[in-house]
Amino acid sequence: MNDRVRMLRQRSLDAVPAISLERAQIVTRAYNKYYGKVSIPVLRALVFKELMENKTICINEGELIVGERGPKPKATPTYPELCCHTVEDLDVIDKRQKIFFRVSEEAKDIQRNEIIPYWKGRSMRDLMFAQMTQEWHDCYESGIFTEFMEQRAPGHTVCDDKIYKKGFIGFKEDIENQLAALDFVNDMDAYNKQEELRAMSICADAIISFGLRHAEKALELALKESNPERREELKRIADVCYNVPANAPGSFHEALQMYWFVHLCVITELNTWDAYCPGRLDQHLYPFYKKGIEDGTLTPEKAEELLQCFWIKFNNQPAPPKVGITLQESGTYTDFANINSGGLKADGSDGVNDVTYMVLDVIDEMRLLQPSSNIQLSKKNPDRFLKRACRIISKGWGQPSVFNADSVVEELVRQGKRIEDARNGGTSGCVETGAFGKEAYILTGYFNLVKVLEITLNNGIDPRTGKKIGLETGDPRGFESYDELMDAYKKQLHHFIEIKIRGNNVIEKLYADLMPAPFLSILTDDCIKNGKDYNAGGARYNTNYIQGVGIGTLTDSFSAIKKHVFDDKSFTMSELLDALKNNFEGRETMRQLIMNNTPKYGNDEDYADEIMKELFDAYYSEVNGRKTVKGGNYRINMLPTTCHVYFGSVTGATPDGRRSGQPQSEGISPVQGADMYGPTAVIKSAGKMDHIRTGGTLLNLKFTPDLLKDDEGIDKLSQLVRSYFKLDGHHIQFNVVSADTLRKAQQNPEQYKDLIVRVAGYSDYFCDLTEALQEEIITRTEHKSL
Amino acid sequence: MCHAKARELAGKEMSVQEVIAQIEKDSIFYDESGGGVTFSGGEPLSQPEFLLELLKQCKKREYHTAVDTSGYGAAETTEAISSFTDLFLYDLKLLDDDRHIKYTGVSNKLILENLRLISRLGKKIYIRIPLIPGINDDEENIKAAAEVIRGIAGVEQVNVLPYHNIAADKYARLGKHCSLMDITVPSDEYMEHIAEKFFNYGIKVKIGG
Repeated sequence: MNDRVRMLRQRSLDAVPAISLERAQIVTRAYNKYYGKVSIPVLRALVFKELMENKTICINEGELIVGERGPKPKATPTYPELCCHTVEDLDVIDKRQKIFFRVSEEAKDIQRNEIIPYWKGRSMRDLMFAQMTQEWHDCYESGIFTEFMEQRAPGHTVCDDKIYKKGFIGFKEDIENQLAALDFVNDMDAYNKQEELRAMSICADAIISFGLRHAEKALELALKESNPERREELKRIADVCYNVPANAPGSFHEALQMYWFVHLCVITELNTWDAYCPGRLDQHLYPFYKKGIEDGTLTPEKAEELLQCFWIKFNNQPAPPKVGITLQESGTYTDFANINSGGLKADGSDGVNDVTYMVLDVIDEMRLLQPSSNIQLSKKNPDRFLKRACRIISKGWGQPSVFNADSVVEELVRQGKRIEDARNGGTSGCVETGAFGKEAYILTGYFNLVKVLEITLNNGIDPRTGKKIGLETGDPRGFESYDELMDAYKKQLHHFIEIKIRGNNVIEKLYADLMPAPFLSILTDDCIKNGKDYNAGGARYNTNYIQGVGIGTLTDSFSAIKKHVFDDKSFTMSELLDALKNNFEGRETMRQLIMNNTPKYGNDEDYADEIMKELFDAYYSEVNGRKTVKGGNYRINMLPTTCHVYFGSVTGATPDGRRSGQPQSEGISPVQGADMYGPTAVIKSAGKMDHIRTGGTLLNLKFTPDLLKDDEGIDKLSQLVRSYFKLDGHHIQFNVVSADTLRKAQQNPEQYKDLIVRVAGYSDYFCDLTEALQEEIITRTEHKSL
Repeated sequence: MCHAKARELAGKEMSVQEVIAQIEKDSIFYDESGGGVTFSGGEPLSQPEFLLELLKQCKKREYHTAVDTSGYGAAETTEAISSFTDLFLYDLKLLDDDRHIKYTGVSNKLILENLRLISRLGKKIYIRIPLIPGINDDEENIKAAAEVIRGIAGVEQVNVLPYHNIAADKYARLGKHCSLMDITVPSDEYMEHIAEKFFNYGIKVKIGG
């Protein structure tokens, strides 16, 4: 990277996350001015317009791509209309050790005197909590499920290629045409459509003025600039911002700036989950790259510099502050803007191009927390594409992750999408499948599968609180067969899913009515055509997800009961339940028997893997296909973010030997340390899940840097990925572990039984090695790890 | 019975079907990597009938097969398994027979004859030389090995394997003494130096593997 990029990157790393109340103040003033005088969609559009016309414009020293969400890098707005923080919340956010945001005394005063008085009892969070039933609250507090929309808005979506082909003047024309064509005589919904389309039209104007304000600011800075080189740059930035977002971009630089304006507008309009994503960036940029290289207006070096400047903009926008359970389920600054590379083109051909490799270079060089990056790997993509990605993975900082483009297409087509929409789709957030630019795919909350078993084992009672929140499916001490237990579990699962769905339906309706997103709607087909909002079902495809957590822990728990209570009769259900109640205190022999003599998921052993399949099917059948308020369907996916830790903290000891409060298994990965036969066995077990019937699964594998140090290691990693994808695996990511982890493994071998290390021309389980050899490897790793 | 798996039972008796079932579990990975099944040991030739049956079953299923052997087995056995073996990983420790007897307890005559036999049968061979400093890394042994290797058709490469003392722990656990325990592990530079000698004899050589 050159000096400019190095400087920008360092400034981004050094910027301290802080709360800015500028947005909250503008929004509150706008609500005071317009609320009750206009329709809700128009109200939201006017709020957006006020934001775009009044927020501070920030152009940082040396940068080429411009625009910040807040008044400066990492100055992060709040969204009081969604979640109005108390002053105590702000104190917590300011003072906590991890994921903090600095809050000034002035900001606290504004919150106390201006923001809270307006929003208390009016924020979406307050409104939705007031609407939830007692049983919903009981489940929420018990940790059966989380609720995504209690602090952030539905989002989880991705941009397609439309903004590279049309500017907002063009979008506005489309909107006006739809308005003109409304049939107020025969279409009973015409008024609602009119209000939504008017709102979109206001938003199109608002983003254009936002762009112009940047152009003006750049010119103003150019006039003051003493360095002639920078003066020219600022003038060029002004030219770019005069053209986009009003018009379609004409150059590589304008294409990046176009996306960036759109991104800022989506995440300023509302606090959308997973921010917003550029999606298939290599596909979108390629025509501009090709044209620039051919007509001599662009060089590869210049293109790479612009991409790097673009990367830094993402890193300047931490995920807005979260509190309580939402913080626990997603405890990170990462806002999950995720960039896809590779995959297929709409016609089904190989999508890898020159920009793909450039994107991989940028990922490799920038090493920033944000944006997240992934490759979409199809069987049609060349091996060298995968190999290049594996080489970056081997450096051990966790990016890019790898997705199976062919499975993603099949998943989308199974859900009823057109084949070309599926091929233009990909994944966003952590692992979620979507038809980019055409689908609202909303994650509604994590679901604690393991807790459902705990409640089944306690006949409907949550042992942590003593509250009865489940059904009375019988005292398991009286169960005569494993099937009886499974039946009881399925009944409880049905009960809790219905509570979750009931709540979801109310929340979805509240968003449709009170919190439309007219700007995001412009970007999502077919909202303009339908005259309907993104949050009300205007998108071509509408999907809701409930994310299952803990399938590994759940499977091993069922397997332990099946084997030891019903097959071998090593102990009775009653003895097991007593042991669980006492967190295995005084029952270490039983716990060791369970830990070491239970068939477990992750070892390519059908005994356990068949149980996993049955539990997966039970969850799938319970959720998949249910109708949503927006007129779409529910689907499942299997991912945890950091929720397996939170869910573990509210779940007592489990029959697989896990102690009370310990984390659950993560994604579809086996329980930590339960897989004994290496990555190939894990892949075989995980491959037995029917990934095609999900909208995303997450598999994590750990390696030491040494395993991947040479070409042979990189080839083997590539082959492992291809093998998993032959089994329709959806996603895989690699954790190349550090010496620090090895130290921990030495201290707690039980939790690291699956950790493989390179010894001397061969590999072995780290915990199986003598202490001397472990020390030797740690020393080696310390030198070689990043 | 010990629940904590603190005691281990090393090894396990398995039928041909059980071994094949285990092999089939990993099929998908061989397909992707171009890999296959390698029979090693111990010494696979010490269980000739079992080995032959496994190899036959593998070839029925079109697996690539390799046998990692010291070559110390009956000529008939070697010939029989050759029909179902795609690749031999063949140890060549010491060329001087007296020294071979001294360190391994047996003569190398049969080993060299078997090597020529599999060569005549047109098999692909990787020669493997475990390099033990002070025992077989001298100029004389390397030269003799290189000359033999150059005369054998079918040898595709030589792997010089750096001596390691990983087995020391195993010996200790079994309460046995290992006579080679005090030998230092050769450095990377030294291995490069040895490899270069083979290279200078016109032989394709690889360190480790």
